[in-house]
Amino acid sequence: MTVEAPAGDTIAPSRLAPADMIRAAGIGLRTRRLRSVLSALGIMIGVGAMVAVLGLSESSKSDLLAQLDQLGTNMLQVRASTGIGLGPGELPGDAPAMITRIAPVEAVAAVADVGSARVYRSDYVPSGQTSGLNVRAVDTNLLSTLQGSMADGVFLDQASPEYPVVVLGSVAADRLGIRSLDTAISVWLGDEWFAVVGILESLDLSPDLDRAALVTVGAAETYLESDLVPSTIYVRMDPSSIDDVRNVMAATVNPENPDQVEVTRPSDALEAREAAESALTNLFLGLGAVALLVGGVGIANVMVISVLERRGEIGLRRALGATRRHISVQFLGESLLLSTIGGIGGVLMGAAVTAAYATYRGWEVLVPAVAIVGGIAAALVIGAVAGLYPAMRAARVSPTEALRTL
Amino acid sequence: MTASIIAPQRLALGLSGVTKTYDGTPPVRALVDVDLSIADGELVTIVGPSGSGKSTLLHIMGTLDRATSGTVTVAGVDVATQPDKNLAAIRSRHIGFVFQQFFLLAGETALDNVADGLLYTGMPLSHRREHARASLDRVGLAHRSSHMATKLSGGERQRVAIARALIGSPSIVLADEPTGNLDSKTGAAIVDLLLSLNADGTTIVVITHDRELAQRFPRQVSILDGRIESDVADSG
Repeated sequence: MTVEAPAGDTIAPSRLAPADMIRAAGIGLRTRRLRSVLSALGIMIGVGAMVAVLGLSESSKSDLLAQLDQLGTNMLQVRASTGIGLGPGELPGDAPAMITRIAPVEAVAAVADVGSARVYRSDYVPSGQTSGLNVRAVDTNLLSTLQGSMADGVFLDQASPEYPVVVLGSVAADRLGIRSLDTAISVWLGDEWFAVVGILESLDLSPDLDRAALVTVGAAETYLESDLVPSTIYVRMDPSSIDDVRNVMAATVNPENPDQVEVTRPSDALEAREAAESALTNLFLGLGAVALLVGGVGIANVMVISVLERRGEIGLRRALGATRRHISVQFLGESLLLSTIGGIGGVLMGAAVTAAYATYRGWEVLVPAVAIVGGIAAALVIGAVAGLYPAMRAARVSPTEALRTL
Repeated sequence: MTASIIAPQRLALGLSGVTKTYDGTPPVRALVDVDLSIADGELVTIVGPSGSGKSTLLHIMGTLDRATSGTVTVAGVDVATQPDKNLAAIRSRHIGFVFQQFFLLAGETALDNVADGLLYTGMPLSHRREHARASLDRVGLAHRSSHMATKLSGGERQRVAIARALIGSPSIVLADEPTGNLDSKTGAAIVDLLLSLNADGTTIVVITHDRELAQRFPRQVSILDGRIESDVADSG
């Protein structure tokens, strides 16, 4: 065997090919599978929670935007202010007509309380058992103004102003025990049988109507109460003029006491709901981050133990020509590999949770790219930080000490 | 006859005036003024009782540790002046180690364990495996190459470890109690293997506490309390 005698400065350096570096980093995972899975699980739960929270919030927001899009944000709701010293909540009787004169207004639908009447399943029901339902006299264009839809039957129309017919809100129908209109059904309303012609879907922009029985103004005046005053008026307008219309609305409705008129935008309530949900989202994101941190501590813990257990391997590798750097890179790589596996698993888990829940709620499934990239990036950062100290410890292990042990 | 006169062959490894002192109160003198030359193609055993300093000597010869004073030359390089990364480079190409505890990686096959002998040379895996096949064949374990290290018997494990030490055709193979974890019959077979590898030209240093075992090797260096007591070569 020939031996070359290299000069000191021409010694070919120790080298570890990148592919071998990854293999070396993976050997600890292959030989300690259960432990690796368990320590990756911590990261997986953290990343999964964060991805699921972001995905669900995004999916629900997209659903809300679609809902707002469909319902339109160009509607104002006008009602009389209620409160101390303001008297009964009533609007002037000519308010709808006055509102119609505002130029950008496209549709006006008024609702009047029929305070004297209650609705019952039959005339045997004691009058006290109102089920919390009330009766409202409404304009026939109410449904189109609210962008509502029918669960069953038809809405009130011009052809039936004098007939005793009623349309039930979704909650009202439910409480009266009416699920479908396949057979003719009448309800006892005031002192008269009213035929149920339709059941509404839930009205997102006006949830209080869900608990009402709706009759036409004509029918109300004929059978129930003659002196109707609008309590709520729904106004649709050109979307670009909402603020202008809003500014003049109170003075138009009640020129003498504009401060007794309350003008709101129902879509604001939906947006407020979204804002409340995003506050909750931040809370859950914070919890996810805590889980991720705990996962990182778990990895650091496992890596420190691993360095202690694998002193023999470290000694061997140094004997085979590994530099300290090769050793630290191997252990850092192992930590990164663990956290990457956890990160990918977490993204998959978060996406699956999002898909399952969004599908259940009938939302569009949306997992934002920022959640996927951010989830894996967070896992990598945690893995790097968690692996740094164990890697440094591994590199500091003296080869002679390491080979003497065991 | 003593072998203080270096044969005209080239030097595989040389120690001159090597002393190793470990800090402490009082300081521990593990090696005291050791002179030792090992020529290419030699088979030398360093024999001494536990605590005699032979492991320290092996670590210094293998560049895993540095002498407190004196000169260590491996493959023509004075290692005292080399930075750590150059010593690692010397180990990766010029020194093969065999340990009492084998130190095989549990998650790898026999073949890949042998291939790891060239891991830190940067050679691609496919080439390393080619060399590993040849090396496993030299130790008579070609048929076990795809077995996981954990499925091998003690003797087979030590053969894999020897194949790993041989794979890069190192200037010198350092074996630390290579038969220490084996029964006497298996141990004897390992000694036979080392003798035959030496007959093929491999330079080998075997460290042992077993004087009887040492008798089987052509040159015996005896060490006690960190000093070389005797250095005897069989005239045969």
